[in-house]
Amino acid sequence: MVTATTTPHCGGPHSARPGGGRRTRITQDASGDRRGQRRPVQSPDDAPYSRPGPLSDLGSAPPPPVGPDDHVRGEGPLVVVYGDYECPYCAALEVRLQALAVQVCFRHFPVRSSHPRAQPAACAAEAAALQGAFWPMHDLLFGDQGRLEDPHLWARAERLGLDVARFDAERRSDAVTARVREQFRGGVRAGVVTTPGAFAGGRLYAGRDPELLARLDG
Amino acid sequence: MVTAGQPAPEFSLRRFDGEPFTREHLLGQTTVLVFYPFAFSPVCTDQLSLYNEVLDDFTARGATLYGVSCDATYSQTAFRDQLGIEIEQLSDFEPKGAACQAFGVYHPGGFPQRALVIVGPDGYVVWSHEAAQPSDLPGANLIFDAL
Repeated sequence: MVTATTTPHCGGPHSARPGGGRRTRITQDASGDRRGQRRPVQSPDDAPYSRPGPLSDLGSAPPPPVGPDDHVRGEGPLVVVYGDYECPYCAALEVRLQALAVQVCFRHFPVRSSHPRAQPAACAAEAAALQGAFWPMHDLLFGDQGRLEDPHLWARAERLGLDVARFDAERRSDAVTARVREQFRGGVRAGVVTTPGAFAGGRLYAGRDPELLARLDG
Repeated sequence: MVTAGQPAPEFSLRRFDGEPFTREHLLGQTTVLVFYPFAFSPVCTDQLSLYNEVLDDFTARGATLYGVSCDATYSQTAFRDQLGIEIEQLSDFEPKGAACQAFGVYHPGGFPQRALVIVGPDGYVVWSHEAAQPSDLPGANLIFDAL
């Protein structure tokens, strides 16, 4: 859990939906980041988002519930995506999801041996989040997957008007690393095996499963 | 395939250095045998990469993982090196598939079915899992559930 800053990933009041469902409303701040005004996330019927046990072991557990530290944007049915910024199928899914009326929660699932720059890129996104720019950084990372080395990350931070020195320190911090790791471990427990892994309607769609988009587009 | 409660069969696999790896090597430790179809194939790459990512957790649970395929030792070593993973590979190359057949996981297509077998320190199978089809990738969580 990132605690090094007071900048929330999302924050704000909660309100319940009829029927016990929860949802999150995301607004966009001046920097372009969609943050805050948390309405809880939907869903008993959409996904088993019950709170898991401690992540000290990796036995099976439902995906962690969408909470204040998650990055969420959009309106519509909720889809929780476990992805990484070096994965071309994740980038393709991102494009498709942006064209749909869905609410996307993005979580990191970097597997270093498959995608060596996925972890640094995930930490870059989280460091940008600490300056209120998760989604802009997220979009820039997916927008140019061939450039994920450190100088490319710094260039993105500069382009977004971030404090680059702070960004660079925080992306290397234990807190940010732990946050990315926590999301990864939550995905492992929920049965995510590859990227993208997406939960929608209480089901895990692994990889390039066309049924996911068919369901969301339907 | 072998199931929980059965003794692990006699078998002989080859380690990266050509030395044999037999049932005797299973004794005294908890072993997870990860049978996979082909080195360098996409799903096998994802599978070993994922398991390697949580290798410390397996170690903390007292389990040692081995990848098993019918690829030659040289191919397995190249696969392991390319991925940069630590999971030791065991070859069932010659006689091809003999160990896989002993465990009951040899696919008619001439490769190991994607399967997992946990053998306890006493040499008995604790748990086994065979994917419905080779393209199915069992999550690491399933192994942790069984340990």
